[in-house]
Amino acid sequence: MTAGRLRFALALALVLLLEALSRFGVIDRFAMIPPSEILWHLGKILSGGEMWPAIGKTLTNVAMACIAAIIVGVILGTLIHGWRSLRETLDPLFAAYYAIPVYAFYPLFIVIFGLGDVPQVLIGFMLALVAVIVNTLNGLDRVPRVLIKTARIQRLGPLATALKITLPYAVPYIFTGVKLAVAYSFIGVIGAELIMSRTGLGYEIGFAYNNFDNAVMYPLIVLVLAIAATVNTMFFLWEKKMLARRRK
Amino acid sequence: MRTLRAAILIACVLAAWQALFAFAGASALTSPRDTIAYAAELLSSPGFYPHLIETAQAFAVALAIAISCGILIGFTLGLYRFAADVGEPVLVALYSIPKITLYPIVLLAFGIGMPAKIAFGAIHGIMPIAIFALGAARNLNPVYLKAARVMRLPPSRIAARVLLPAAIPEIFTGIRIGFSLTLIGTLLGEMFASQRGIGHLLIQAIGLHNVRMIMALTLLLVVVAVTASALLLAVDRRLRRHMFGAP
Repeated sequence: MTAGRLRFALALALVLLLEALSRFGVIDRFAMIPPSEILWHLGKILSGGEMWPAIGKTLTNVAMACIAAIIVGVILGTLIHGWRSLRETLDPLFAAYYAIPVYAFYPLFIVIFGLGDVPQVLIGFMLALVAVIVNTLNGLDRVPRVLIKTARIQRLGPLATALKITLPYAVPYIFTGVKLAVAYSFIGVIGAELIMSRTGLGYEIGFAYNNFDNAVMYPLIVLVLAIAATVNTMFFLWEKKMLARRRK
Repeated sequence: MRTLRAAILIACVLAAWQALFAFAGASALTSPRDTIAYAAELLSSPGFYPHLIETAQAFAVALAIAISCGILIGFTLGLYRFAADVGEPVLVALYSIPKITLYPIVLLAFGIGMPAKIAFGAIHGIMPIAIFALGAARNLNPVYLKAARVMRLPPSRIAARVLLPAAIPEIFTGIRIGFSLTLIGTLLGEMFASQRGIGHLLIQAIGLHNVRMIMALTLLLVVVAVTASALLLAVDRRLRRHMFGAP
């Protein structure tokens, strides 16, 4: 537990250092406002209420992108795993996928679907999908043959085998994909909002930046990071609990 | 066999693209043939090269920073168990943060231009490289480290003579992932923080709704990214086979 305490102390020291540097004018107020003021403004923004629609919009879009990517990704992963030549054809694409700047497709989506929520959700979905597929494949690869043989002896069909045997076995690996999917859908949705949109946290951050409004920009950035970190920690704890139960 | 599969994959992508073109129309995207023609035209026009060189420079510097700092952080944490206990969760948390929200901070710190792009590219690439280097250092056979300590090698030489050679395959996997992320980071940096470069051309084309330009640039980026990543993957597999004997 001492490692955790030291980590906390280091983070605290960093925040205090930033506070001191900006209070004594080493960091220009124009570049950054002190952490205490960021928190104070964040409280004001959250209690003021005019930011809630943007927060709600972004979180809904992230959730839609992420959930769709997980469901579609697990289904596609299972199908691709069962079809060997398809998998060997797609493997190079999966390996190169994250080198493709997905945002370049954003204008295309805007033209096809209009400047609503769909293009942003689609960008988040596209970023998250392949992480889920790759990790599902990875998990299914590790299912022991004896389990599959048992399924065959029990005369389970392909669907029942997947649902009752192979996918449950692969859950820890799929979970790695799910965690990546959460991170990627945040990145996709907020990045798309920054590039072009009419609402959402990314849009508000970009708007505040363009107006040199640090009193709004920094609190919103901290809010996004805090939400992402909280969701990640929740998944981490859930995963740990799940793995601990499995080991028993 | 592998080339045949690659050919099939490319043919399928082109067919899907052509179908999407038929469905969505010329206001949304250009057909594969037009896009390839326009990309070739871009490549042969002299006005395009300053942008290309600008992006290539920014990317090269960002990647060099990401690789060197990533390995340094990973090895430092990997050699000391307690440091790894403290630092690894921080690395993983930083890896999963939506770094795109940090771009205003990077801009305010570095100003508009080359340094901001480089910084934005580097912060995207550094974490995966550090995480893989950390894993490699931790999984190192302890006998090697003990031998190095018995010979009283200083930490810098342990890193250079023992750790680095042993960790090359894993570090290379980290670099392969870091490569893509650094490329995306640099392009994003250019989209927001630059007057030159491919990313700038892209955001300009988005603003002007210049569909031909968007499609041609996207095509070029995808071709470069996929080719580079296929090459890196091939080297990666070779290194692993060489080191571990497994396919």
